[in-house]
Amino acid sequence: MVHPATDHEEAAPPSGTRRRRFLTYVAAAPMLTIAGKFVLEGEAAAAAPVAGQLPLPPVSGLMDFGDVMEIASAPTMELMKLEFTGDNKVRFELPRLEVGQGLNTAVVMMLAEELGARTQDVVVELSDARPELMFNQFTAASSSVRTFWKPLRQMAATARSRLLTAAAKKWSVSANGLVTQGTGVVGPGGRKATFAELAKDAAKVTVPSVPATPKKPSEFKVLGKGLNRADANAIVTGKAHYVSDMKIPNSVVAVVVRPPTLDGEVESFDDSAIRNAPGFKGTVELSTGVAVCAEYTWQAMELAKKLEVSWKQGPIAGMSSSDIQEKLAGMTGSLDDAVSDGDGDEIDESFDFAFVSHAPMEVNYAIADVRGSSAEIWVPAQSPQVAQKDIAAAIGVLDVKVHVTRAGGSFGRHLFHEAAIEAAEVSKAIGKPVKLMWTRNDDTRHGRMRPASHHRVKASFRSGKVRSWAHKMASVSTDFNHGMGDLITSTAVQSGLAKLPAAQLYFNLTQSVPYEFGSTTISLNDLPLEGVHTGSWRSVHSATFRTAEDLVVDQIAEKAGSDPANFRLENAKTDRAKDVLRKVMKDGKWGRPMPKGHAQGISMHEEFKSVAACLVEINATDPKNPRVTKAVMVVDAGLPLNPKGIEAQMMGGLTDAISTVLQAGIHIDDGAVREGSYADFKWARQRNTPPELQIHVMPATTDEPGGVGELGVPVSAGAIACAYARATGTKPRSFPVNY
Amino acid sequence: MPKYSFTVNGKDVEVDVPAEMPLLWVLRDELRITGPKYGCGVGVCRACTCLQDDEEVQTCMVKAEDADGTEITTIEGLADGDELHPVQQAWLDRDVAQCGFCQPGQIMTAVALLNDKGDDVTDADIDKIENVCRCGTYGRIRQAIKQAAQNM
Repeated sequence: MVHPATDHEEAAPPSGTRRRRFLTYVAAAPMLTIAGKFVLEGEAAAAAPVAGQLPLPPVSGLMDFGDVMEIASAPTMELMKLEFTGDNKVRFELPRLEVGQGLNTAVVMMLAEELGARTQDVVVELSDARPELMFNQFTAASSSVRTFWKPLRQMAATARSRLLTAAAKKWSVSANGLVTQGTGVVGPGGRKATFAELAKDAAKVTVPSVPATPKKPSEFKVLGKGLNRADANAIVTGKAHYVSDMKIPNSVVAVVVRPPTLDGEVESFDDSAIRNAPGFKGTVELSTGVAVCAEYTWQAMELAKKLEVSWKQGPIAGMSSSDIQEKLAGMTGSLDDAVSDGDGDEIDESFDFAFVSHAPMEVNYAIADVRGSSAEIWVPAQSPQVAQKDIAAAIGVLDVKVHVTRAGGSFGRHLFHEAAIEAAEVSKAIGKPVKLMWTRNDDTRHGRMRPASHHRVKASFRSGKVRSWAHKMASVSTDFNHGMGDLITSTAVQSGLAKLPAAQLYFNLTQSVPYEFGSTTISLNDLPLEGVHTGSWRSVHSATFRTAEDLVVDQIAEKAGSDPANFRLENAKTDRAKDVLRKVMKDGKWGRPMPKGHAQGISMHEEFKSVAACLVEINATDPKNPRVTKAVMVVDAGLPLNPKGIEAQMMGGLTDAISTVLQAGIHIDDGAVREGSYADFKWARQRNTPPELQIHVMPATTDEPGGVGELGVPVSAGAIACAYARATGTKPRSFPVNY
Repeated sequence: MPKYSFTVNGKDVEVDVPAEMPLLWVLRDELRITGPKYGCGVGVCRACTCLQDDEEVQTCMVKAEDADGTEITTIEGLADGDELHPVQQAWLDRDVAQCGFCQPGQIMTAVALLNDKGDDVTDADIDKIENVCRCGTYGRIRQAIKQAAQNM
């Protein structure tokens, strides 16, 4: 990322490496051999029957979205580069967004491991939008570590072999006796040379004299051991800088006055009351409202309150959440298309899930400096190339540079970049650099949401064995217009899946039923709803999908007279799933006696080539004010790279689940979002989270890392919903339960 | 406009701003001290938490005129040179942060709590903390506060 010139240079972000760098050699480009393997899996996926929106057997076990990302990113991995700088740092520009998920730290570890560099010498910065990278600049679906796993290590191994070769020549010794360690090469007799000293010669090596083979997991010294966040010190001292902390000289701050109903449009506005106010810098009409510009943030916020605007009503004025849930409930089909079992027992249950705001701590912010035929933008973007295109189209300027800034949280929110588009429009209109902010109320009321959904699960069973399982999900359409549709369709086109719209594709590439439940079908039916701003929300369909299924699994177990945990264990498809279940049952003391109003709940979820189990205990003696008092989570992330990062992701997923299952949801009243801040969008606080929490990361079970960024949400959501049901003796069917 | 004088992290400052301007924006926009964050502007999320005369305040709810003559400490002024405050050190030891945006406020709240409770701090005290962490790092915050309590 390139930081804007600040007016307080001493507090500038740690871009010092850029200034200090005086010798840079591109020492390696990755060699890629990964495409072939997945073509085969794609062909396997293609064999699955796919047609329209009919219920499908899950295909995500054959090919999942992470595979798609890996295939889509592979062709441009050769454009990645490692740079060795004069101050003996190794610098890598990462074409992804760091949102707090710890990706930067995992990348530092991969590179340090393979290079023999100290982790503190590996500097990972976020790459500007680079259209030449094609699909390889898209942060989503817990896929980033998986996608970079092979190419990054291969790139670093290639660099290492060249550095060793250069050192061998320098010392006239055999390269076989040399090793890299401590960001240098060490040779016989304690000879040492830093990477910086060797970089120039290493760059000239064409045929390395040692093989460029990435290390085996058994040789790992860095990976597999917990490493703290690379930017932890900057965060705890207040030096971590976000786009909201940046300032361009002579810039103005813009706040947009937004409509009372979703997507309402400006009819007219009158700024005469504020034109002469101190700090006023102009108003600009946008498709989304009226931007009020001022010298300082607080002035802009205050002036915005005084602007008089008449509005046209938005497209869903008059419609409320309950109307939407009713429409969704009508979209989960008849009973006829699920297999019925005349001899056995049947269950048919329906569930409602409310809209949920992404609500990252840092509200939408972007900086734009549009000058004549070029524009420069700073924004935390998960899909910066799409941001670049969207901004260019909005302002009619082709030369748009997008700098990607770290994000103060995202959870899917920064797949969209509305603030950057608005900032560019305002900057163009008033001829000054603009820092545009959404207030918290704007963010909650006009931002993106996980769409409301309705789930129907129908199962037939006999003698304690499930014979058929049909899960139908109806959802307000998730907006996938952030580049992912193109990515999947271009990659999955061979698989036959590409005939489906993006949301259906994504659903089919991610959802699966992890139990042996006989004839299994899953389907998604989308309800397009103009005016409602949706987007992928951490784990997308999985959290609601898993919650609905877990509640039905518990009901079937009860009817069969089985213990819910043992029932899961007996029916789990894979050994990895059985192992995490066994471990969580043991560590969480499954089945221990609980007081009245308290209960345990359990869930297991497989996705992203990882699998997790969660056991929670809840105190619901006051059903309106339940508390998860204890949680035990066990995660098998394949080959775990940074156990600390994995634990953090699981803890975050648990908090998401506590919030969205028990207490935090969004209402729409007559076409407008009711909630405004965390006061009424009741995100979990310290008092809502368990004082007792154990997270166990399983030792390696495969030779590749699985995804973990979203895994913790569905598995915790299922466990919490089941615990609440058991503690209260109710059948919760609408979420959040207190809403 | 009126002028107000106060100290920030031990330095005397004078600002010329409207009386009602929230201290948060005085710090961020006028003084370019950006550790305290805007998260809601209504005293709910507490990402803007700082110390005023050693008491925890939400700077988005403190008017500039009410800062006059007081001592303000932000996250930037917590460490003693390169030596981190025990709460900051505990935050590092427990690898608390994720996106990091709420953490300046979380840390300042923890400092105020521990100044008050010392090593008698209990889970019930920690439960009273209202600061929002959207990444959900609450479990590590709890552990870090307990650790810091032993080192203050």
